[in-house]
Amino acid sequence: MNRRNFLINAAALPALGCAGKLFAAPATSPRFLFVFLRGGYDCANMLIPYSSDFYYESRPKIAIAKPDPNNATGALALDANWALAPVLRPTIGSMYAAKQVAFVPFAGTEDLSRSHFETQDNIELGLPPQQHGFNSGFLARLSGVLQGKAKPISFTDALPLSFHGGGDIANLSLRNLGKSGFDDRQTAILSDMYKGTRLQPAVSSGLQLRAEVAQEFSAEMQKANRGAINARGFAAQTYKLAELMRDRYRLGFVDVGGWDTHVNEGGAQGQLANNLDGLGQGLQTFAQTLGDEWRNTVVVVVSEFGRTFRENGNQGTDHGHGSVHWVLGGSIGGGRIVGEQVAVKQDTLLQNRDYPVLNNYRATLAGVFSRLWALKQEQLAQVFPATSARDLRLV
Amino acid sequence: MQTKLFSLFALTFACASAAATDSPVLGKEDLLWLNRVTYGADDATITQFRALGRKKFLDVQLRANDEQLPTPIRQRIDAMSIARVDLAKTIEDFAERRKEIKADGKDAMSAEQKKEYVREGADLVRQAINRELLRAVYSPDQLKEQMVWFWLNQFNVFARKGAEPWLVSDYAEHAIRPHAMGKFRDLVMATLTHPAMLVYLDNVRNAKDHANENYARELMELQTLGVDAGYTQKDVQELARILTGVSVEFVPRNVRPGRFAPEPLGKTGAAFFPARHDFGNKTLLGQSIRGSGFKEVEEAVDLLVKQPQCARFVSRRMAEYFVADQPPKELVDAMAHTFERSGGDITDTLRTMFESKAFDASLGNKFKDPMHFVVSALRYAYNGSTRMDTDVAVNWLNTQGEVPFGHQSPDGYPLTESGWASSGQMSGRFEIARAIGAGRADQVDANTKQTPPELAGSLFVKTMLPHLSQNSLTALEQAKSPVEWNTYLLSSPEFNYR
Repeated sequence: MNRRNFLINAAALPALGCAGKLFAAPATSPRFLFVFLRGGYDCANMLIPYSSDFYYESRPKIAIAKPDPNNATGALALDANWALAPVLRPTIGSMYAAKQVAFVPFAGTEDLSRSHFETQDNIELGLPPQQHGFNSGFLARLSGVLQGKAKPISFTDALPLSFHGGGDIANLSLRNLGKSGFDDRQTAILSDMYKGTRLQPAVSSGLQLRAEVAQEFSAEMQKANRGAINARGFAAQTYKLAELMRDRYRLGFVDVGGWDTHVNEGGAQGQLANNLDGLGQGLQTFAQTLGDEWRNTVVVVVSEFGRTFRENGNQGTDHGHGSVHWVLGGSIGGGRIVGEQVAVKQDTLLQNRDYPVLNNYRATLAGVFSRLWALKQEQLAQVFPATSARDLRLV
Repeated sequence: MQTKLFSLFALTFACASAAATDSPVLGKEDLLWLNRVTYGADDATITQFRALGRKKFLDVQLRANDEQLPTPIRQRIDAMSIARVDLAKTIEDFAERRKEIKADGKDAMSAEQKKEYVREGADLVRQAINRELLRAVYSPDQLKEQMVWFWLNQFNVFARKGAEPWLVSDYAEHAIRPHAMGKFRDLVMATLTHPAMLVYLDNVRNAKDHANENYARELMELQTLGVDAGYTQKDVQELARILTGVSVEFVPRNVRPGRFAPEPLGKTGAAFFPARHDFGNKTLLGQSIRGSGFKEVEEAVDLLVKQPQCARFVSRRMAEYFVADQPPKELVDAMAHTFERSGGDITDTLRTMFESKAFDASLGNKFKDPMHFVVSALRYAYNGSTRMDTDVAVNWLNTQGEVPFGHQSPDGYPLTESGWASSGQMSGRFEIARAIGAGRADQVDANTKQTPPELAGSLFVKTMLPHLSQNSLTALEQAKSPVEWNTYLLSSPEFNYR
C-alpha cells in the first residue's frame, strides 16, 4: 500500500474526523525504533569472537566455525576478530557490507541480578542504579522532550514500561491485526459515546488506529499470500510495523521473545539460528519497506543481558551479563564494530563467566538521540539522568 | 434464529427503557456512591443498599469482619492447593531440596528439575491471582477487597523473583488480608516479618558489614513516609542497619542453640538472625535507638508510623485510590488527623474519607483502573451466578497490564488515570467489554456453551439507565445484538468512571 492509497482509505472513514492530523510530522524528521529482545539472546553466537581460542574451548558443542570460504556453515568475517552468524549472511551481512549495521559488543547495564524481569525493567526505566523515581520509562521521557517531533507508538499488547508515564501513547498489538477490533459502524458508535469527555482523543485515536490498521492489513495479508512478502513470524510483523513507522510514527518500540536458550541452543543451525534468521529478515524487511525513509531512520536492538560465555551441560547457555547491541540505519556510519572492547579470553570475563559491560546502553543511546534530534544536555538529562552521552559517531 | 433471539432481546431492552421513565431505583448520587464503595453495584448490592441506606451500608462495609462467599466460590478457593500451604514447612522443603541438589554433587538443578520447578511455581502464582480475583468479584465485603488490593499494591511484591511463587499467596492471605482494615502498624510489621517482602526487597541479604539498603529505603519512601518526607540518606543507612538480620532461612546452617540462634518471627519462616545483626547504636529520624536486636525494628516501626508525614502519606494514597488523582488538601488533612488520633486506624481513616464532602463531590469522576474495570464488568456479567472462569478473566488483566503480583518495581501500579487510559488501552478495554459481553468468561463443559449475559434485564441496568448520558443511550439504541448492547454498556463513560 502506498501513501496515497492510505490517505484515501483514511478519508473513507467519515465518522472519525481527524485522520489528517496523523500525518503532521515533517517528512525529514528522523525516526527511531527500539527493538527489545526479551530473554537475553546469546550474543557470542551472533557476533562470534572467532580469533579467540578460548571461544572454541568454551563452546565445544555449540561454537560456530571460523570463517572459511569452503564452509557454508562457517561464520562471516567482519574484521580480524569478529564474525557474523552464518544464518545472518543474506540479511544483516549484506546490510553490514552496505555500512547500514554496526555492533556494540560488551554492551549492557550495571544490573547484575541476572534476572530477566529486573534487568528488563531497569533497562526500560533507564535510570542509573540507586536512582529512584518510578512510573516513567526512557522512551516516554524522550517523547516528552521531543514535544511532538516524533509521534510515539508501541507495537505491543500492552504499553511497555519504556513508554509508561508519557501520557497518551498509542500501543498496537501486531498479533491480531487481521482480526478487526470493531467495524466502522461500531467504531463510530463507541467514539461518539466519549464526545465531550476528556478521554475523547484517546478513545478516538485508539479505535481509529485499530480499525484502519485492520483494514489495511487485511489487504496487505492477501498480498502476502500471493508471495509478495515473507510471511514468516517477525518478518511479516515488521512489514506492518514498517508501514506504520514510514507513514505516521517516528518513535517506535517492539519486542521479540524466545531468546532464553538454556537448552539445545544450537550453533550454525538450530534454535538460536532460527530466531536470528527471523530477526534478520524482519530488520531487512523493515529497511526495505521504509524505502527512501530508511536514510532517516535508526534502529537499535538491545537485549537485557548476554549469556554465560561457556556452554552449559545442556548444550545451551545461562544468564550472563554483557551483550552485543545492534545499531542499524540507512545512513549510519556502519560496517564497524564500535565502542570499548577487550580481548575475549578467560581473564577478561566478568566473574570468570560473562562478558563484562564496557559500553553502558544509556550512554550509547544518549549519544544516538543527541545526534538524531540535536538534543541539548538538559534534554538528555531528562531522558537519561546522570548519564554522559557517548558519541559513537554512528548517526 | 438470530433475528428471533434479537427481537426477544430488543423487547427486554424496551422494557428496561420503559422502566427508566418510572421513578428511578436509586438516585444518581446513591448509584455513584455505591459504585465507589464497592467494585460495582450488582443486583444483590442494590437490594441490600435499598434496605440499609448509605449510613448502615457503609457500617457493614467498614466492619467487614466476616467474608460470606457464595458456597461454590468458597469451595473453589478451598480446593486450591495454596489453601493448605504451611509456609514454614514450604521453606523447610526448599532448603531440603537445595541440600539434595548439592548432595547430587551438582551446584544447580538439572533442566528437568528446573522445568518442573518453574511449572510448580507458575501454578501457585496462578492460584494466588485467581483467589484474589474470585474474592474481588464475589465477596460481599467489597470495600475490604479493594483495601486488600490497595495494600498489596502499597506493599508490593513481585511473583517472578526467586522463591516468590511459593510466598505470595501466603503473603496476601496472612500478611495483608487480616490487617487490611486494621491498624497500619500491624500491617507494616506483618509485611516486615514476611518472607515475601524480605526476599522481594533483598533484606535477606542485609547483614552486618554487608548492608543492603533496598528494603530500608522503600519502607520509608514507598510504604510509610513518602519520598518528600524529609528523611536523609543517613536515615536510610541507619534503618538498613536496624533491619540487618531480619531474614529467612532457606539454607539450613548448623547454628548451635544459644545467643546466636535465629529467633522465629511468627509462623512464616522469617526469623531474626542475631549473628547477622549490627548491634551498634543507631539514630533514626533524630531519635536514638539502642542496639538491642529485633526490639530495634519494633522501635523503628513505631517511630515511622507515628510521624505526621506517615499519616499524610498513607491518607493521601488512600484518597488517590478512592477519591481523585489529585485529592483536595482539606480531605487529606482530615484523614491524616483521624489517622494520627486513632493510632493509625485504617477503618477510622476510611470513614473520615467516605463521610467527607470531598468524597461526595468527587463521585463519578475517578477513572477505573483495569482491575476495577474488569471486576465491575464481571460483577455485572455474572450478577450472582458463580460460573465465572477466572483464568480467562486474569488474562484480560494481563493484557491491560495490571495483574496481581505482576508489578516488578516496588512502587506498585499507578493509582491515576494517566497510567491506564492510553489509546491502545482504551481500544483494548472495549475489546474486553465485548468479550465479557459475549460471555467469554463463562465456565463451560461438554454440555454447555458460552452465552451473552442478559445485562439488559437486570436490576442494576434498570438502576443505571435513567442516569446514562444521551450519548450512551444513543449508542445502546443502535446496538444490533445483545453482545453489542452489552459491549456499549460496558464501554460507556458512565461505566468506566466510578
